[in-house]
Amino acid sequence: MSKYGIPLAIFVVLLIFLAIGLGHDPHEVPSPLINKAAPAFQLPQLQDPAKSFSAADVRGKVWLLNVWATWCGPCREEHPVLVELARSGAVPIYGLDYKDVRDDALTLLSQEGNPYVLCASDADGRVAIDYGVYGVPETYLIDREGVIRFKQVGPLTSESVQKTILPLVKDLNK
Amino acid sequence: MKRLAAQIVFLFLATAAVWAQEARPAADDPVLEQRVMALSQELRCLVCQNETLADSRADLANDLRNQIRQQMKAGKSDKEIVAFLTDRYGDFILYRPPVRPATYLLWFGPFLLMVGGLVFLFRHLKARRALISDAPLSDDERRRAEELLRGTATSPALVDRKTT
Repeated sequence: MSKYGIPLAIFVVLLIFLAIGLGHDPHEVPSPLINKAAPAFQLPQLQDPAKSFSAADVRGKVWLLNVWATWCGPCREEHPVLVELARSGAVPIYGLDYKDVRDDALTLLSQEGNPYVLCASDADGRVAIDYGVYGVPETYLIDREGVIRFKQVGPLTSESVQKTILPLVKDLNK
Repeated sequence: MKRLAAQIVFLFLATAAVWAQEARPAADDPVLEQRVMALSQELRCLVCQNETLADSRADLANDLRNQIRQQMKAGKSDKEIVAFLTDRYGDFILYRPPVRPATYLLWFGPFLLMVGGLVFLFRHLKARRALISDAPLSDDERRRAEELLRGTATSPALVDRKTT
């Protein structure tokens, strides 16, 4: 029995490791920015490039920073979820339009609804690098003190909004 | 026909011009470019994940290479640039993870396995040796052994073995 027992035990342990490994999404890279101050930036606003938008302007509020682009397919999927979340008024959403064509972005927002309180244009993607963005969409939940509390890689869904975002927002607003 | 040929020549010239423009940063400062490439060989592209920042054609990889190039031009050391990137993207961007408590198992695990294997092997061999009886020969056996050595053995067992 013990002749087979030890190899069997090793095999089972390996199997467990493999099962855990398969359960991980390799595209979800943990962000080192969680619980760190949201990087400061100053960018032109999408709607009115003469005006600027800075992360410091939103200090004192719990808010979402949604990185998106019109050329990004999953962002289109996410868009209605954002519009609905904005309509509920649970949390203000600010946009970071990543390496996009301004006219395309404005057209999309006017056609499909604009969930953003304000949207900043990150034309060269430099601010997104500061936020560790490696794909769009990504969404950051930032607290009153301007600290990043949560990062969603990939599109928000109504499920992830209900299960993750809203409880966190409620917690942070306490 | 002539026009077609002219068009083809024009196309070649046009693409050559485009290439020349793209290659310009390298031509500007080959030493710097070599440094950019050497460092980006050590870094993972977050989009493709199995490619280095140097090999990847992803848009983000291009931006990050430009970022590295700019920072090198600004006189930053490789270490500072790597810190800039890990502050934003985490250790995942490094192909060579740093040695720290969270990665001890990764770095020293193989040695641990080797030591464990050696201990196992040693104990296994020791247990096997205990199985092999090391009892001294009895008087009878000794006598037979001497007979065999002298070649005067009359043991039937030996005769049997010779015939078979």
